[in-house]
Amino acid sequence: MKVYVPLDTAAVAVGADEVVEAIVAEAEARKVAVEIVRTGSRGMHWLEPLVEIERVGGARVAFGPVSVGDVKALFEADFASDHALAHGDPAEIPYLKGQDRQTFARCGIIDPLSFGAYCKSGGLAGLKRAASIGAVETIDEVMTSGLRGRGGAAFPSGIKWRTVAGAEAEQKYIVCNADEGDSGTFSDRMILEGDPFLLIEGMVIAGLAVGATKGFIYLRSEYPVAQRVLGQALEIAQREGLLGADAGGSGCAFDIELFMGAGAYICGEETSLLESLEGKRGQVRAKPPLPALEGLHGKPTLVHNVISLCAVPSVLANGGSWYHDFGVGRSTGTMPFQLAGNVKCGGLVEVAFGLSLHDLIYKFGGGTRSGKPVKAVQVGGPLGAYIPPSKFDMMMDYETFGKIGAGVGHGGIVVFDEDADLAQQAKYAFDFCAEESCGKCTPCRIGSVRGSEVMAKIISGSDVTENIELLTDLCEVMEDGSLCAMGGMTPVPVLSALKYFPEDFRAVKEGK
Amino acid sequence: MSSATEALITPFVGQTGGLLRALHALQAGVGYIDASAIPVIADVFNLTKAEVKGVVSFYSDFRRAPAGKHSIKICQAEACQAVGGRSLTDKALRALDLSFGETDSAGAVTIEPVYCLGLCASGPAAMVDGKLRGRLDPNLFADELVQLQKDGAK
Repeated sequence: MKVYVPLDTAAVAVGADEVVEAIVAEAEARKVAVEIVRTGSRGMHWLEPLVEIERVGGARVAFGPVSVGDVKALFEADFASDHALAHGDPAEIPYLKGQDRQTFARCGIIDPLSFGAYCKSGGLAGLKRAASIGAVETIDEVMTSGLRGRGGAAFPSGIKWRTVAGAEAEQKYIVCNADEGDSGTFSDRMILEGDPFLLIEGMVIAGLAVGATKGFIYLRSEYPVAQRVLGQALEIAQREGLLGADAGGSGCAFDIELFMGAGAYICGEETSLLESLEGKRGQVRAKPPLPALEGLHGKPTLVHNVISLCAVPSVLANGGSWYHDFGVGRSTGTMPFQLAGNVKCGGLVEVAFGLSLHDLIYKFGGGTRSGKPVKAVQVGGPLGAYIPPSKFDMMMDYETFGKIGAGVGHGGIVVFDEDADLAQQAKYAFDFCAEESCGKCTPCRIGSVRGSEVMAKIISGSDVTENIELLTDLCEVMEDGSLCAMGGMTPVPVLSALKYFPEDFRAVKEGK
Repeated sequence: MSSATEALITPFVGQTGGLLRALHALQAGVGYIDASAIPVIADVFNLTKAEVKGVVSFYSDFRRAPAGKHSIKICQAEACQAVGGRSLTDKALRALDLSFGETDSAGAVTIEPVYCLGLCASGPAAMVDGKLRGRLDPNLFADELVQLQKDGAK
């Protein structure tokens, strides 16, 4: 009997390892031969641990959420398809069926550390094509695709590639930003744990295209499972020749080193990340110079988020115009949105740009986990806007969000029910900024502390009107005067909370 | 101390980001970055003591004092807040009679905040001795921590 159980953090954190032990023990007691395959997660986190059984002929049946206590009964029922925990063919579950899985096509299906399974399921097709068409045409494909940086800034990838390719230097670097610190996001973690060879392939293609021979993956230390899986994948990639003197048979050398962060949110900002990668305090650098021209060790460096690099193999394999056909307007391709917080069906939803926030929250997410009405969602991490239900018909794309001063960011959507107090959330935005500010520029370093103090006064009901005026003024200074997005965008959650939920800021004064 | 420190950190001299790698290795080996290690690191990496101290203090992963036998980190970020992260935190701190960043007098537990474990659809979340935990019940988790504290004090 072949059994698939995720090794993904979201499965392990709710008992997947213990379920595996129980399955092995139960199978032994019943003298049933069992082969356990650890996969990534399908991204339906409310069903984790999601156990899949392979039937004769290869069809899979999913069961979840499975606890240790369910294992015996599942064996007794012979894993019948009508068991209370059964969900039938996982690919037919509406949550998955309604998605356009391109980047996450393999995630949750294959053993992430089986290089053979990777190659058999379409892996390396992008690299082979890139090697055959050469650097210039590879960059043209990325340009044509319209791919924009998925880390949050949404900068056109092709332009970045062309800049690095055009820079003259004896050494260039590819740096993968895997410092996924935004609350409400886990797409980088999932792909690193579920399909690490995809990232490696994307980085090799980028290296060939811009003329870099060395790559680094900067991974946050809060992701121990990703660290283990990625570390093993890099060793396998070396052994299989995907990395090395003739990377993937491309004729070019490319190597990757894994580098661990040390618990600093700001290191997700690209210049701070580069400082940290050089072994220094992760303090933001002033731009220009652009990292594309003077990045790591002062050399031209292509800094990309995990998901951007993971989109590259399919762009190359299928062509830039194929990718461009997904999405709307200048928001091309697919985006792995992440439904998080107080949501019934939380997880990863990879769809083409153009779906409404409403569809994501209700059609996929099923509303709140608590069953209470949704009060707000925060889109795009701690620096993202709080959005009220009256705006849920908004399309999830870069342009629509830009129009209301919000951002799609890294695609995280955190749902809050009616118990949330948006004044407390605004205070938290400042507290987080104070905790994580690198300290280099004054508006962020001091403004965050002052902002938290002002919010404390507003929450306690002291001189609310005057303090709201002060708050608005402070936000303007932070927006205009900060060196990077940390200080510059902390006002986004604060001002959106104030704009859409003013009653929460006046709760005490009005005697509520 | 000095030669043991040197042995742990020297392999990273000359590597990209060598200082951070060395600090991770030192902490993994010794458990924390002792003040007495700063001049040794500075010497090995040809940096000033201020530069080394600046790096150590910048990153929340690096401890400057020994931690308790058990390490507890509770997520404080928005997605966990939305599903009762604040209550999880309050109950845990009260049960252990500690504030964030503190180690109890018996050296049994250290409790710290963490900002996102990537378990945003499975909150509230925490990490106990490096093991990730999701969908925690505040009361059950507080009881579990009290037991951990009792066991750790033995």
